[in-house]
Amino acid sequence: MSIIEVRNLYKVFGKHPQKALEMLQKGHSKTEIMAETGQTVGICNVSFAVEKGESFVVMGLSGSGKSTLIRCLNRLIKPTAGSVFIDGDDITRLDHKELQNLRRRKLSMVFQSFAVFPHKTVLDNAAFGLKMRGVPAAERERKALEALELVGLNGWERVRPPELSGGMQQRVGLARALATDPEILLMDEAFSALDPLIRKEMQNELLALQGRMRKTIVFITHDLDEALRIGDRIALMKDGAVVQIGTPEEILTSPATHYVEKFVEDVDRSRIFTAEMIMRKPSVVVVCPKDGPRVALHRMEEYGISSVFAVDRNQRLEGLVMAEDALKAVEQNQKDLGQILVRDVPTVLPPTPLREFFALLTGKSMPLAVVDGQKKLLGIIVRGSVMAKLAGGYTDD
Amino acid sequence: MIEFYIPVADWINAGFEVVSYHLSPTLRSLSAFLEVLIRQFEKALLWPPEALVMAAVGLLVWRLADRRLAAFAILGLLAAYGMGVWKETMATVALALSGTAVSLMFGIPLGIIASQSELAERIIRPVLDFMQTLPSFVYLIPAVMFFGMGKVAALVATMIFAMPPAVRLTNLGIREVSREMVEAARAFGSSRWQTLSEVQLPLALPTIMAGVNQCIMMALAMTVIASMIGAGGLGMVVLRSMQSLDIGMGAVGGLGIVILAILLDRLTEAITKKQEARKRTA
Repeated sequence: MSIIEVRNLYKVFGKHPQKALEMLQKGHSKTEIMAETGQTVGICNVSFAVEKGESFVVMGLSGSGKSTLIRCLNRLIKPTAGSVFIDGDDITRLDHKELQNLRRRKLSMVFQSFAVFPHKTVLDNAAFGLKMRGVPAAERERKALEALELVGLNGWERVRPPELSGGMQQRVGLARALATDPEILLMDEAFSALDPLIRKEMQNELLALQGRMRKTIVFITHDLDEALRIGDRIALMKDGAVVQIGTPEEILTSPATHYVEKFVEDVDRSRIFTAEMIMRKPSVVVVCPKDGPRVALHRMEEYGISSVFAVDRNQRLEGLVMAEDALKAVEQNQKDLGQILVRDVPTVLPPTPLREFFALLTGKSMPLAVVDGQKKLLGIIVRGSVMAKLAGGYTDD
Repeated sequence: MIEFYIPVADWINAGFEVVSYHLSPTLRSLSAFLEVLIRQFEKALLWPPEALVMAAVGLLVWRLADRRLAAFAILGLLAAYGMGVWKETMATVALALSGTAVSLMFGIPLGIIASQSELAERIIRPVLDFMQTLPSFVYLIPAVMFFGMGKVAALVATMIFAMPPAVRLTNLGIREVSREMVEAARAFGSSRWQTLSEVQLPLALPTIMAGVNQCIMMALAMTVIASMIGAGGLGMVVLRSMQSLDIGMGAVGGLGIVILAILLDRLTEAITKKQEARKRTA
């Protein structure tokens, strides 16, 4: 069972949402509804599920409804129609008390504007959720200290937030959210107000924390780079509707609509694409020492290539056979492939980002071998396929 | 033009009669309570030797504010003593401060209620507008009707006159607390009361304190007018000098009130500032 499941969620702002809702369900657009009924559509028929331990990013430009959506998950905003299941309970049906309990125990939230309390110390801020839950002071303090330690704020307990920098204030916000040990962390543009360097740092720390704690995170952002770094899956929103849901790679390589394509067009692909994503399967290889120079030459002729990788019987990389060396060997009637192998071939590991091995591809016309830790040949990268990837994101095979 | 007449005055008179008839037991006990409050306060100020009161006030001001204001307080009280209006000054302090206390007792909770519900605000606001635009003399009439001439009626008139800023600024202060703060509190499952006590009230405190300050100033102003219904104090000095065209005496009474006003205004200001400063440093 998914920990969060959203089914056909709608939110209409205004005094007469029902009329707008009917129009929406008949397929009228947001602008038409605004013109006719004066109601603003916040969310339109959104459905998705988030699995336990997953980092789910909701991305969209401002006004796309992402902040409204995240507030429907803890019902800071009450949806007009549809259901939100948290742990199997439909929270749209909860009464006041049950809702308070849900917020005290299962969900916590980190805000774009930090929204830490300026009149409380860092420690009291971190302990806030526990205090609302009615946890006794001593235990509250212990857990709050633990949370502050997690975000690297030990030593700052007695200070009040206005004295801290933005990045540190958001750490307080994060500690406040972690202290209650919730199952789900809602992060509403949590890092958007921070300057780029601090933002990067916070992203890394979130990833590190997530590696340890495996919380379910719903992360809202308008920044694609951030979405790609943090998200296990990404949902792209436009005009209150979800346009595409997929892994970062799916979003990048096969944008579902023109809108998504536009969105991903500016990404620095050399940072996103890894060797693994660009490589082709090594379908043409020679096995050393079984095959000789003649076989190698034949393969190259057959596929119209100027070099071929040689592997051993266990697919481990031995080296590269160049066409002119193979030709010479055949002319001299040399049988041993090992004699003509270029053993010093450039290799990369699968997760290496393109920008780090780009230099290896310039100059020499040698292909690049993608190998794992045991030197097993997993794929090959030639300049052509890199260009194709950078140009459009569509794979050519 | 068609001749017509709306007997508002008659209605209100009739209404007051009914109210005063039915409420008189309640009013009598309220009156007794207020009487005790103000008499005891006044007694506490007048019973010890003047020098002791001055020293005590000086110390208190020093603790709450700073040395400069404490010096001003002592000098001011010395001046009042020197001008021969010590008793009157103390009576005015007692009336103004107990009036403030009572109006805060009602005003702050009313302000909180107004901040929590649109309906309550819509009801309370016009009442406040009415209270504030009504000439202050008009308060004296019902006060006398219900409580008779004397200190209690003066206290009630003062309380009603001074209450609006406390209500308004409490309401405003709470409503001004940013939406994000309230949202954050709610996101962590705070109840309405918890949101109020943990977040809204502490953050609204500077504005509420401004309301307290206003409240004190208004109460002080009202003590002069209330002297017409037997409030006594410095107001009485002013009133008597008006009746006998004694400019000098009028100046003495006025000076006494100015000294008190400056002292109380700076004092509340200093208290607010200290609170702010304490908030900023651990």
